[in-house]
Amino acid sequence: MENETIAAIATPAGNGGIGIIRVSGEHAFSVVHPIYCNRKKEHTLLNYQTHTIHYGFICDGDDVVDEVMVSVMKAPHTYTTEHTVEINCHGGMFLMNRILSLVLANGARLAEPGEFTKRAFLNGRIDLSEAEAVMDILRSKNDLALKASMAQLKGSVSSKIKELRADILYEIAFIESALDDPEHISLDGYQEQLLPKIKHLSDECMSLIHSADQGKIIKEGIRTVIVGKPNAGKSSLLNLLLGEEKAIVTDIAGTTRDTLEESLMIGEIQLNIMDTAGIRDTQDKVEKIGVERAKSYAADADLIIYVVDSSAPLDENDEEIIHLLKNKKVIVLMNKSDLTSVITEDELKRAILTGLSDENGEKKNQIESYPAKDEKNEFVIIKTSTGSSSKTGMQDLEKQIHFMFMNGEISENSEVMITNIRHKEGLIEAHESLGQVMQSIISQMPEDFYSIDLMSAYASLGRIIGEEVEEDLVNEIFSKFCMGK
Amino acid sequence: MSQIREQVDICVVGAGHAGCEAALACARMGLETVIFTVSVDSIALMPCNPNIGGSSKGHLVREVDALGGEMGKNIDKTFIQSKMLNRSKGPAVHSLRAQADKAEYTRSMRNILENQEHLTIKQAEVVALLSEEVSNEKKHVTGVQILTGAIYEAKAVVLCTGTYLNARCLCGEAITYTGPNGLQPANHLTDSLEKLGIRMRRFKTGTPARMDGRTLDYSKMEEQKGDERVVPFSFSTNAEDVQIDQVSCYLTYTNEKTHEIIRGNLDRSPIYAGVIEGTGPRYCPSIEDKVVKFADKERHQVFIEPEGLHTNEMYVGGMSSSLPEDVQLAMYRTVPGLEHCKIVRNAYAIEYDCIDPQQLYPTLQFKNIEGLFSGGQLNGSSGYEEAAAQGLLAGINAANYVRGKEQLIIDRSEGYLGVLVDDLVTKENFEPYRMMTSRAEYRLLLRQDNADLRLRKYGFQVGLITKEQYDSVLLKQKRIQEEIERLKHAMVGANKTVQDFLEAQGSAPLKTAASLAELICRPELTYETLAPLDQERKPLPDDVIEQVEIEIKYEGYIARQVRQVEQFHKMEKKKLPENMDYDDVGSLRLEARQKLKQFKPINVGQASRISGVSPSDISVLLVYLEHKLKKF
Repeated sequence: MENETIAAIATPAGNGGIGIIRVSGEHAFSVVHPIYCNRKKEHTLLNYQTHTIHYGFICDGDDVVDEVMVSVMKAPHTYTTEHTVEINCHGGMFLMNRILSLVLANGARLAEPGEFTKRAFLNGRIDLSEAEAVMDILRSKNDLALKASMAQLKGSVSSKIKELRADILYEIAFIESALDDPEHISLDGYQEQLLPKIKHLSDECMSLIHSADQGKIIKEGIRTVIVGKPNAGKSSLLNLLLGEEKAIVTDIAGTTRDTLEESLMIGEIQLNIMDTAGIRDTQDKVEKIGVERAKSYAADADLIIYVVDSSAPLDENDEEIIHLLKNKKVIVLMNKSDLTSVITEDELKRAILTGLSDENGEKKNQIESYPAKDEKNEFVIIKTSTGSSSKTGMQDLEKQIHFMFMNGEISENSEVMITNIRHKEGLIEAHESLGQVMQSIISQMPEDFYSIDLMSAYASLGRIIGEEVEEDLVNEIFSKFCMGK
Repeated sequence: MSQIREQVDICVVGAGHAGCEAALACARMGLETVIFTVSVDSIALMPCNPNIGGSSKGHLVREVDALGGEMGKNIDKTFIQSKMLNRSKGPAVHSLRAQADKAEYTRSMRNILENQEHLTIKQAEVVALLSEEVSNEKKHVTGVQILTGAIYEAKAVVLCTGTYLNARCLCGEAITYTGPNGLQPANHLTDSLEKLGIRMRRFKTGTPARMDGRTLDYSKMEEQKGDERVVPFSFSTNAEDVQIDQVSCYLTYTNEKTHEIIRGNLDRSPIYAGVIEGTGPRYCPSIEDKVVKFADKERHQVFIEPEGLHTNEMYVGGMSSSLPEDVQLAMYRTVPGLEHCKIVRNAYAIEYDCIDPQQLYPTLQFKNIEGLFSGGQLNGSSGYEEAAAQGLLAGINAANYVRGKEQLIIDRSEGYLGVLVDDLVTKENFEPYRMMTSRAEYRLLLRQDNADLRLRKYGFQVGLITKEQYDSVLLKQKRIQEEIERLKHAMVGANKTVQDFLEAQGSAPLKTAASLAELICRPELTYETLAPLDQERKPLPDDVIEQVEIEIKYEGYIARQVRQVEQFHKMEKKKLPENMDYDDVGSLRLEARQKLKQFKPINVGQASRISGVSPSDISVLLVYLEHKLKKF
């Protein structure tokens, strides 16, 4: 049936000691062959007996990428019943991603979530009684992967991709409206205009690919903003996070912002913390300005940590802060819970929920699903203190962040990385399609050939942000160009 | 009470472009067929634009012809001007468009129908469909009843009612309850269809004014002539027979004055005043729509097209309007050349009942009513060509149904007809559907020049194409393949003769020997220009050479689309049984389950195109299917 060769990371995410990249399908051997060398730097994979394991290296041209053990298994006695190669490499997302990218560049396609299992089933490897289970796996893996993929896509990347798509769609619509209605819309001189535009779009894709290459999409980290009234304990929280964790700490002077960004690792997740605390401390008499400032950070934050001083009553400042939390992933830290608390957890909960729901009823679901144990994970309260029990609070915080962003289960398999690779795949495809368009223009192909590849680029980029093509084009044609009798 | 009771094989309701094709197909396939029309004088009427074809619509006409339909032959006999559009673009978007002599077109088609064996024309309004229960959910059709009470028992019925169901025409503030051109509407059938459980919708379309040609000043307009060498629509028409004296069309433009008048009277347009309830098409915007939506455009094109050789009436393309008569006249008279125009027929908008086509299989048979087929504007499409194409398919399948033969489905990779039908029955359409080349994702393969190579085999299978006609397509195919092979292996060396020749053609010199096929790939060279380098060349028909050249020049692109089609076919081949129990597929999402239950897609490919069915639902479905397959 579907005999495309597929590949994916088969081991759980995270920095384990060993990782496995599985390649399955008709061309599994010839895909891995060019990137695998034995001790003597010879490409020997095709000579190996079935069901044997071999020591060697994964190479990218002359570069040795990793020292590996490679298992070679011929059909039909494999998990999928297809030819299978498993590359046992060193653990670590970065390395595994690089090897996977090499495999993909050599002709494999990235496996859909659950696809190995699906093939195992469709090829008769898995017992019929397990069909239900297989379907459930496909279902949940797909949904989680999609969600994780969306969650991982940084706002800036996704809006960039949307921009690129809008530009591409406009050009297709123009070409198509001219083809459909040649007497109304002319393409004279369009080729010369289009080439630089496509070049630009193609360059934009390339720079996104580079950023993905450097692991930036993964390593960009979670943009986190700590908000709270003065003296709520924001700075001590930050110190606690940075100090206690013995994390990798770097100072990145923001290129476009005039603020310091602190970076730290929690497990495999990187937090980039925008410290709004400083602003408020120095200008404590203009609390409003601080809130304004925090507002702009909060607007593009991935995570907001709202620190509440439980020893002080909630006031209008808190109200304003609560407004910032709309549509965000939020962790509320009830700090100083060791001191005499004047606010209870319930009270805080209610204040936040009313604050979030008073403008419209949209937040209703969240109220019902409180305390957010459901999949939305948008809002959770953690109690913490400055005293000896703070460690527990910190661990809760970490666990919560991990849960919110790695989605529990997901962190235990490879989907997080896959989705990142998936983004890159989409970008590479789009880049290639745009290259085809330029090629068509240069070789003086008629205009209708451009839109075929432009459409592919549009669809590839759409897959990254989870948007279907559907009726986009027809709608664009009618809304942007005056057609018809 | 006694009434006439007749027995036939198939009833076709409506004698527009869909009905004519349906009835001819049924009768030609040997089945006793009656075609009903409210007026015999309106058979194959062209109540809107006076042309056949155009971008992507021309493809449909070619496909109708390849399958054995009549539209292409009829326009070849009755056209008065012809143009191949998009000639400067790639071959996939070349499209024929011919101006018709409307009266001749109608008369000629009527003549074909009248002389068709097994076909009876009956002037009558069909008021009810007769049916029997097959099961709780299923009925089968048993015939039709006409207004007089007479009953026609039939094994299958094809509905092609166009815009006649509960039709209402609006011309400014004047509303009449009539069909197109003031013809009698069909006011009873909708009730009968609804009683059968068919979901109905209301659509809207419109047509511009017709003017007295004697009152127009053509010297102020640009003359638009036909092609010097006319290409016929039909693969069976001899090209020499269509080299006739052609008439011209004319182009003029609206201006700021025109737009001012329109803007000043918008409150009197029934659409802007909210009187019209139907959904109108975006591709045929009225002039008031254009002025409002594209406010920055200083002028809009106006095409003046003759309606025939024996009439002075001129069609005013680009200025359809539902504004009141006085406003229309005032605005027309601002357009250069139309200053003294007299209007023969006013522009009007028409509202009508049509069905939700998602109730149909891609065979155009109703999912819940066996033997009932539907084609044309009733299915929510627009245009003569779209109608004819559907009518033909519905007719073929009605005949196949009666003969107990397998239903014909043209898929998206085989023809614009396939795209048209699949879009109609699978996607949600909120306006009359018009064919567009951008809707065909495999359009490089679906060219108007190769419709015979794509579809003649189906025409032959169902009996609308003769053995002789089909053999000639097979021969053409063989010659094309052989010539391509020959050119790929015919090498020319980098010698002086060749280099001089290339230089003379403005082409770069060869570095090493190359095949003639490689040279044809160069944009500046053609099969014809390479003749001096090609000693072995034998004379071949023009249509073979055309195919050879296209296949070679665009080989890379074509090969890519062929690969995409292969992927597409994998999913189209996975059939979904009609009695598929989606409740038994545990892991489907609720929305997908509901959609699938409602749609009853015929294969996994169609299922994947239903909005609300995600790729993971499809994965789940595939596993389920495999599971079932192994179990039984």
